[in-house]
Amino acid sequence: MTKPTWNNSVVKWIDDRLPIFSFMHEETVEYPTPKNLNYWWNFGSLAGIVLVIMIITGIILAMHYTPHVDMAFASTERIDRDVNYGWLIRDIHMNGASIFFLVVYIHIFRGMYYGSYKAPRELLWMLGVLILLAMMATAFMGYVLPWGQMSFWGATVITNLFSAIPLVGDAILSWLWGGFAVDNPTLNRFFSLHYLLPFVIFGLVFLHLWALHVGKSNNPLGIDVKEPGDTIPFHPYYTAKDAFGLGVLLIVYASFVFFSPDFFGEPDNYIEANALVTPAQIVPEWYLLPYYAILRAFTDDFIVYQVISIGGFLFSAKLAGVIAMFGSILLLLVLPWLDTSPVRSASFRPVYKLFFWLFIIDCIVLGYIGAKPAHEPFTWIGQIATTYYFFHFLVLLPVLGKLEKPLAVPDSISAAVTKSST
Amino acid sequence: MADATSTAPGAPDEGESRRDFLLIATSTVGATGAALAAWPLIDQMNPSADTLALSSIEVDLSAVKEGQSITVVWRKKPVFIRHRSKAEIETAQAVKLEDLADPETDKDRVKKPEWLVMVGICTHLGCIPLGQKDNQPKGEFGGWFCPCHGSHYDTSGRIRKGPAPKNLPVPPYNFVKNNIIKIG
Repeated sequence: MTKPTWNNSVVKWIDDRLPIFSFMHEETVEYPTPKNLNYWWNFGSLAGIVLVIMIITGIILAMHYTPHVDMAFASTERIDRDVNYGWLIRDIHMNGASIFFLVVYIHIFRGMYYGSYKAPRELLWMLGVLILLAMMATAFMGYVLPWGQMSFWGATVITNLFSAIPLVGDAILSWLWGGFAVDNPTLNRFFSLHYLLPFVIFGLVFLHLWALHVGKSNNPLGIDVKEPGDTIPFHPYYTAKDAFGLGVLLIVYASFVFFSPDFFGEPDNYIEANALVTPAQIVPEWYLLPYYAILRAFTDDFIVYQVISIGGFLFSAKLAGVIAMFGSILLLLVLPWLDTSPVRSASFRPVYKLFFWLFIIDCIVLGYIGAKPAHEPFTWIGQIATTYYFFHFLVLLPVLGKLEKPLAVPDSISAAVTKSST
Repeated sequence: MADATSTAPGAPDEGESRRDFLLIATSTVGATGAALAAWPLIDQMNPSADTLALSSIEVDLSAVKEGQSITVVWRKKPVFIRHRSKAEIETAQAVKLEDLADPETDKDRVKKPEWLVMVGICTHLGCIPLGQKDNQPKGEFGGWFCPCHGSHYDTSGRIRKGPAPKNLPVPPYNFVKNNIIKIG
């Protein structure tokens, strides 16, 4: 990589002392990128842009919002009605959460399909899982802030998960609440943390990108870059491609913001929080539904629970549900070691490709069940889908890597590209 | 020169190519869009609809006797309303314009000579001048005196001495009835 020569004397003066311009040039302009990336590779930069949109609109909303139980709901309504363009900024922020998760989930599934989590990118992947966890915490606490019925009861249900912890559960719960129920202290700390966590995410994203730029991007073939001819500079090729993808995303995003801003929301959240009345059904936002389904799958008669707890002897079904829910995400941290196949891309793993799509369907089923009331037939469908979720990671992936016979992998990116064009 | 080679995309030796045009056109549209999108983010800091809705008030003056002052709050700011005595009016009208730092006749500052209405914020650095109550200093010109940096205002609220550059401003107001004014 050649050090660029700077014509502007001010830029040169700074760069000789702090090579920030050379660094930016190296990492965002020259940065050698596999030349065969498809549109699924847009979603990383899209997620970064949505994060920035969320932080900007969030800082603005905090200028008008009051984190107090007596005023939170009214101040949110004031943002919608009285603040100049407040409706727009709040709708961008509200729908931004859904768009953020949509983009990030596609980004994660892309990584799963093309084996982007495999060596040498394990740490890159694990940082991504931490980002997902931080996003979920941020989204949950942000949902509490408008102080509607769903805010309050969502906060109540989710914090009550910690009561499942043996012995110290209740002590942890009142520590989280700062009282004996979700109340003003809870709202205040949630607001504080909701403001803090996006900057933690920003820091994690920086590490995520740093790790990316060490190992460089994976690609649809899942093979390593072998020669300079396998890559093209990031700018203008991928800046242009990402910009096009951004245009498409913004059209989708703006359609929700302008034409159906409450599409992802619950009408109950436009009723102010009432600690004495629970809504008929508590449903989390769509992006948390699969985990919610896993949580609820663990009932006393769930056969998997009966087996692992030795007939309910070791731990309660409630605790099992909580552990399974958190476990379903924490499992992703060890995915690089659960998948034993040396081949990255599903393009050359015909059997894995099939199970990948089954896994996608399973996640969608879990999401569907999470939105349904807890009775038959949804309960047993949820239990089967939950079982399959863990089966996929704990049994299928380790075994499949050993048994599956992958297709022949091309020698290099250039070889594959030349071959397909002739 | 517009032959086929020089207008081809990315023609290296020509100053203006189709690609240059596309780049400039796209950047211009993009920059315009970004500027338009930025406006709501800036405008949100301006006074909101509920703030503006409180921007005019009505004041009943019938209880204010000659020689008395009242202070009312308009847009979160103190408004001085003084029922001036004959002597105060005459003093104010007698001042020559060339003696004033911010020349303004007393007539231009009132709707009815006995009622002086103005925003009670010193034009120097925003303190509230003294002189509304009988026991407060009224400065060397019998009007108001700002304790922060020593600005003296006369009986028409005009700056006469001290660091303040302007007269106390007169807010927009009118008499809706004989004894009731609407400010704002």
